[in-house]
Amino acid sequence: MQSSNRKALLGLTLFLILFPVVAMNVSAIGHYLDIMIFVGIYCLINMGLSLLMGYAGQISLGHAAFFGLGAYTSGILCTKFAMSPWLAMVAGVGITALVAYIVGVPSLKLKGHYLAMATLGFGVIVHIFFNEEVSLTGGPSGFSDIPGLSILGFSLNSDLSYYILVWFLVLLTLIFSLNVIHSRIGRALRSLHDSELAADAMGVETSRYKVMIFVLSAVYASVAGSLYTHYVGFLSPSSFDFFLSIKLVMMVVVGGMHNIWGALLGTWLLTFLGNEWLHVFHDFDILVYGAILLAVVMFLPDGLVHLVPRMSRVWKRG
Amino acid sequence: MTKITLTGQLIQYLFTGVTVGSIYAMVAVGFNIIYNVTEIINFAQGEFVMLGGLIMVFFTVTAKLPLPLAFVLTVAAVTGVGALMERFTINPLKNASVLTMIIVTIAVSILFKGIAMFVWGKNPYIFPPFSGSKPLFFFGAAIQTQTLWVLFMTAVMVVLMTIFFKKTRYGKAMLACADNPEAARLVGIRVNVMILISFALSAAIGAVAGAVITPISLMEYDRGALLALKGFGAAVLGGLGSFYGAVVAGIFLGIIESMCAGLVSSGYKDAVALILLLLVLYVRPSGLFGNVEASKIKEF
Repeated sequence: MQSSNRKALLGLTLFLILFPVVAMNVSAIGHYLDIMIFVGIYCLINMGLSLLMGYAGQISLGHAAFFGLGAYTSGILCTKFAMSPWLAMVAGVGITALVAYIVGVPSLKLKGHYLAMATLGFGVIVHIFFNEEVSLTGGPSGFSDIPGLSILGFSLNSDLSYYILVWFLVLLTLIFSLNVIHSRIGRALRSLHDSELAADAMGVETSRYKVMIFVLSAVYASVAGSLYTHYVGFLSPSSFDFFLSIKLVMMVVVGGMHNIWGALLGTWLLTFLGNEWLHVFHDFDILVYGAILLAVVMFLPDGLVHLVPRMSRVWKRG
Repeated sequence: MTKITLTGQLIQYLFTGVTVGSIYAMVAVGFNIIYNVTEIINFAQGEFVMLGGLIMVFFTVTAKLPLPLAFVLTVAAVTGVGALMERFTINPLKNASVLTMIIVTIAVSILFKGIAMFVWGKNPYIFPPFSGSKPLFFFGAAIQTQTLWVLFMTAVMVVLMTIFFKKTRYGKAMLACADNPEAARLVGIRVNVMILISFALSAAIGAVAGAVITPISLMEYDRGALLALKGFGAAVLGGLGSFYGAVVAGIFLGIIESMCAGLVSSGYKDAVALILLLLVLYVRPSGLFGNVEASKIKEF
């Protein structure tokens, strides 16, 4: 692992340890712990999207569907079939990976706009499925009373325990993803991003790698969905609609899609904006989201994370 | 007796399908116009329809202008919006990657949606049909006169667009841009201007679609995305770039959807068009009516 990544990882871990200490002692930001859990859940999904978009150069406008598949599989298996949550999570991963593979193989043969529309269409179809299969999913009103998680007999019943679990998984996934990026697969992906034709000619099996990363990103989203289900305890289709897919892509792009740290930064920023700081705008948050996304794409195409080295250079110069 | 009602019902579904399908057709033609010139798929295409409907409501209901004037003003306003979109978001991003172009048009569509919500709120709006709300009866089916307006406008738009692209200098110049922008520039075509015109035209046809459909199906701020998706389905099904293909495919999608809603399940009606879209993309991305040979040089 590169030293810059190691430093950033160390910094993030320190921040994650200090955060709850501060948040739980300052009452004004006490509820930030809850928001940070959602940040972690979305970070899980967006690390996968970052691998897919920033490194492999493929877009997905349907990742809310994979998030939803994980969430619903966990929710349904735990409430209706009394399965253990961890087993249900694994089942969710299996189902989501299978669906991602079936959809991914034909979809990833498409390029650019076509891939975007195909994944968008897929996302909407899954959302309709959640709404219509009332006997299974509870329909538009969803269902509740989903049990929480427990580890070795200790049930996770506080925000802090979920915070630790979610961010522990985020860190693990981050380390794994950084290793993927700096492995043979990562190099293959980057060659794909630059020129698929050249990659093909060099003997990189482009279609295999594309599907592989697509399925991996769907698995991240599925795990995030299962965590979401157990933390919130309630599911309804509106949490997995097409606008969420767009928002996820937005988080990755605003942070900087060519850098996995950018995905984390964008997720953190937009989740806090959406859950906390945009309350001033009430219902008009869509307007602000649109403006932010447009401004970043137009004026800062590499995302906010691109500003970090620039700022540190200014800092060093004094 | 039951037999007559069934035919009546089927005819009813057929007309509903053709009406909705005409709107998909117009959205698809809008996609095609921009695609033909720039090879960009404009994700904000559905938003033009939404804006057309809501601005029409503003001019007829709020400003109480006479219908023809309101119609002209609406189309002019949305055309302006399309032109502004091109000038401020597409034009500055020369040589951007496909991924960036997709995200830019998505950003614009979110922005339009947000502005519409800011101005009109979340409620659906309606204004009275063009020529009264008394329906015509046809084999036991009640047909709204507005349906005929929708069909008429679709036909007019398609014929106008075809004449424009086939016969006029500007139209031919625009097609040349899609083929090879560098070569077009070399023979003196101002590619910049052509792209601007394509966005304006595409916005105009979206506005027409929105203005004629609102008396039937109402209009609200978040209608654009699904319309765009289904319109894109029609465009792909008909073979991207082909106007007549888009119309046939749009109406076909509309009829299938309304038959499914009436005879099978209304909940899954939106899924039908999308499943069809996925199947076409997977199996035959050149479209059912597209030219396979010609599509080989396109990038899917």
